[in-house]
Amino acid sequence: MNSATTMPNQSTSLPISSRLAKNVRRNVKERVIELILMLAALSAVFTTFAIVAILLYESLGFFKVVSIVDFFTDTQWTPLFEDAHYGIMPLVSGTLTTSAVALAVAVPVGTIAAIYLSEFASHKAREIVKPMLELLVGVPTIAFGYFALLFVTPLLQKMFPELPGFNMLSAGIVMGVMIVPYIASVAEDAMRAVPMSMREGSYAMGATRFQTAIRVVTPAAVSGIVAAYILAISRAVGETMVVAVAAGQQPTLTFNPMEGAATITAYIVQVAMGDLPHGSIGYQSIFAAGLVLFALTLGFNIIGHIVRKKYREQY
Amino acid sequence: MINATTALKAESRDLNFFYSNGNQALKSVSMPLYENNITALIGPSGCGKSTFLRCFNRMHDLYPGNKYEGQIVMHPDNTNILEAGVDPIEVRMRISMVFQKPNPFPKSIFENVAYGLRVRGEKNKRTVADKVEEALKGAALWNEVKDRQQDLAFNLSGGQQQRLCIARALATDPEIMLFDEPTSALDPIATANIEELMSELKNKLTILVVTHNMQQAARVSDYTAYMYLGELMEYGDTDTIFTRPTRKETEDYITGKFG
Repeated sequence: MNSATTMPNQSTSLPISSRLAKNVRRNVKERVIELILMLAALSAVFTTFAIVAILLYESLGFFKVVSIVDFFTDTQWTPLFEDAHYGIMPLVSGTLTTSAVALAVAVPVGTIAAIYLSEFASHKAREIVKPMLELLVGVPTIAFGYFALLFVTPLLQKMFPELPGFNMLSAGIVMGVMIVPYIASVAEDAMRAVPMSMREGSYAMGATRFQTAIRVVTPAAVSGIVAAYILAISRAVGETMVVAVAAGQQPTLTFNPMEGAATITAYIVQVAMGDLPHGSIGYQSIFAAGLVLFALTLGFNIIGHIVRKKYREQY
Repeated sequence: MINATTALKAESRDLNFFYSNGNQALKSVSMPLYENNITALIGPSGCGKSTFLRCFNRMHDLYPGNKYEGQIVMHPDNTNILEAGVDPIEVRMRISMVFQKPNPFPKSIFENVAYGLRVRGEKNKRTVADKVEEALKGAALWNEVKDRQQDLAFNLSGGQQQRLCIARALATDPEIMLFDEPTSALDPIATANIEELMSELKNKLTILVVTHNMQQAARVSDYTAYMYLGELMEYGDTDTIFTRPTRKETEDYITGKFG
């Protein structure tokens, strides 16, 4: 056997030269840094688990008194009245209706804004429009709430005279406007990530800018666009101030946006502001409502995740 | 090798091109493109061959600030397609392009090939299906995909994707087809398939191809142009360019002494 190509003999262990020995100080430092980074990442996870745990724990007390069947089938939500009813559906209907109105505004407007910013706007126009759009995100939601109550509702009442002062239509529309920048920004990022070669392929076939945007770029970016919609749904379902101020505080089982109704969040904020004794059924009902809200958001997120996986970007 | 009836399909006349940063990428390039022939553009990286190719379908119009000077005259219209009054979309409908990296759309195989017809507003299902079949056959892909036309195009291999892009370009019956290094991302077998396809396609249309592969230029083209630093150094029929180039620079590049 040629000695130059044989493997070193593995059976004899050699002493380790001090220049190649493990550097303890460096290793410890690395471990400490890793630990700090991991703690930062885990803080969000811990917080989520803590919230879920508290929601579950407090709801447990609630469901000892109220049966789950009543909770989901009773058509009235009056936990603080003498004749108490614990049907969550009126609050769910309020949440779903305001969210649906909001999405009916935000999805088309946000998507079109994203298409404009990504495919049509010149560099200069984008530099101006995008920051302005993102400025909307910085407006406090309470301001949007009073904007809905004091400006949009009177405006709508001119068109629909029978519209009550508190209504889900006005709250939903304003909430939709509030969400537009979220959709526009996330969807635009997804569209801009579509490689230029794909656009060139479309233009080279004689397609117009609009055809390229609608038939090639949008389908290619669909996973990111869906992510934007999911973010928007979560925002709408969880939004509190706008609906608490403008949609009313009366739990009503209705899907008619022309009526006023309380949402889950509006109920929580309304009750939480009062002085309920700790451990009372009214107090616990907040957590039961919160749990339903959490489940709703989680459900939409899971659906979004599945849709995104199905239409994963492939280029 | 050269067809007896060599009509002029297009020609560039004193073509200059400036990118938006002011770089002049083409310097007074004048060159004919003969009908039903393959013309190859060779030269080292950055010599302007792709820039030149992309002038033919006004691809540079997609980026603001680019500027053409001079003419590209297309026949039989006898029109300078760089003129401001010419609609680049109309140009692209007649001069199609195949890119360096296969760039299928995120659609089914069928819809990829039908794309050009769809953007032209073709509604008749029968016509679209017939055209798609014809184009897939023309691109030698039909036998491989006829039973899976609704599959996503990304599921095809690289070579198949490139033939799909050729089928897509073919479906609208273009007069000129531009190939921008069409085989540089493909293995030798897929490359041979594409080259064979190009030789068949020239019976129907006129081809301009950019290639880094000297053997490819020698194998498939009828005419060859050697470009360097934005200038057309030498142009002639492929046999002459490869056996008796008149310029020393061309010979050095072809024999591998340079580039």
